[in-house]
Amino acid sequence: MKDSLVLLGRVQAHPDSRCWFLAWNPAGTLLASCGGDRRIRIWGTEGDSWVCKSVLSEGHQRTVRKVAWSPCGNYLASASFDATTCIWKKNQDDFECVTTLEGHENEVKSVAWAPSGNLLATCSRDKSVWVWEVDEEDEYECVSVLNSHTQDVKHVVWHPSQELLASASYDDTVKLYREEEDDWVCFATLEGHESTVWSLAFDPTGQRLASCSDDRTVRIWRQYLPGNEQGVACSGSDPSWKCICTLSGFHSRTIYDVAWCQLTGALATACGDDAIRVFEEDPSSDPQQPTFSLTAHLHQAHSQDVNCVAWNPKEPGLLASCSDDGEVAFWKYQRPEGP
Amino acid sequence: MERVSGLLSWTLSRVLWLSGLSEPGAARQPRIMEEKALEVYDLIRTIRDPEKPNTLEELEVVTESCVEVQERDEEDYLVIIRFTPTVPHCSLATLIGLCLRVKLQRCLPFKHKLEIYISEGTHSTEEDINKQINDKERVAAAMENPNLREIVEQCVLEPD
Repeated sequence: MKDSLVLLGRVQAHPDSRCWFLAWNPAGTLLASCGGDRRIRIWGTEGDSWVCKSVLSEGHQRTVRKVAWSPCGNYLASASFDATTCIWKKNQDDFECVTTLEGHENEVKSVAWAPSGNLLATCSRDKSVWVWEVDEEDEYECVSVLNSHTQDVKHVVWHPSQELLASASYDDTVKLYREEEDDWVCFATLEGHESTVWSLAFDPTGQRLASCSDDRTVRIWRQYLPGNEQGVACSGSDPSWKCICTLSGFHSRTIYDVAWCQLTGALATACGDDAIRVFEEDPSSDPQQPTFSLTAHLHQAHSQDVNCVAWNPKEPGLLASCSDDGEVAFWKYQRPEGP
Repeated sequence: MERVSGLLSWTLSRVLWLSGLSEPGAARQPRIMEEKALEVYDLIRTIRDPEKPNTLEELEVVTESCVEVQERDEEDYLVIIRFTPTVPHCSLATLIGLCLRVKLQRCLPFKHKLEIYISEGTHSTEEDINKQINDKERVAAAMENPNLREIVEQCVLEPD
């Protein structure tokens, strides 16, 4: 298992501070990192090494917590503790802040683009989730403020193909939202975690959702549509989501991030015990009660907490990770051979 | 009363460690944990209370026995601190938790993970406070608030 995750390189991405999050652009050629130094850095390859192509420094007054690329790859959104979200437009190696979205009462914890490219979601310690619409003239308008969570909202993520939004919170739940008539509504609350839910990831088909928590577990949730064969009860026309698998006993501290590879289906986790782990679903397992095996456990992947793991969208097995020690590391994952 | 029960549980755990003397290297451990715990205590006892002109040690907010150190791995430790706030006021307890975390983050020389808790039974909303002070994102954001930061800096300032 030691050889299934091999180090390709490390960069000191955010000197003297922590690196909070990473995002690959849709083409898989650039990696954006953001951190406690209030900067965003764009990394690209030059031969065998990763070099910093751009530094975006004038956007935020406080920590940049997350970054997200638009589906077209021309825009980057950044969520900050300064309560704003910046939208940056890419022009070759230059990025220009074209809009600043305001409205949240305090720290913005996450930002995510819908696959259509027309919608953006943000969430904050103010307990709300905001949905924004973008038009052809790059004008942003808030179309919904969702106050379903009772505490700090840590993360938002869009479904890969439907206009369905998921949020994770300090209130220990995951909530799902969709558009109904002209407004957005919360149609499901996923309960089960025993502490803060830090991150979420949909599987390639969007039928399953992985959540990771301060309770040191990863939970896998599955969507059941009305009239499903398994007899799972649904309320009206809304799908029901059930927890079908819990990965416990693998992580010794808070799990800060989970990433589901859209190419291979492998699940990676970023943990506060400084390790990176990869899980794969057993091929013979029952889809209603799947089992996952630990296929890689990299002890001391970083010298401090691992905050984020991100699979490259084009190159199978290429994984990036970042840590409280300010470093970004690149890994090659290969599913181990054997019985 | 709190201090006595803390001492008792510390002594108990020490006896348990010592009872593992038959394992090679086990004899080394209790002394190292004690030394590490003292190193931690030496750093936190001089922290000033946010409200009163006294140190946390003087006010018995922290005591030697309130620090526990466990070995997670080689040269890597888990530090657990259970402090007793002087008044059952939520924001002060959170502030003390913040000061403890910042002081140790900056000054503790050995590799460690840190957990801070309010000692059991001393506060009505202790679960809420414990959750906040152990959420590193909340701690980081709080330290970017200039007013809060100023208070913390004053409290952790090394005595002349």
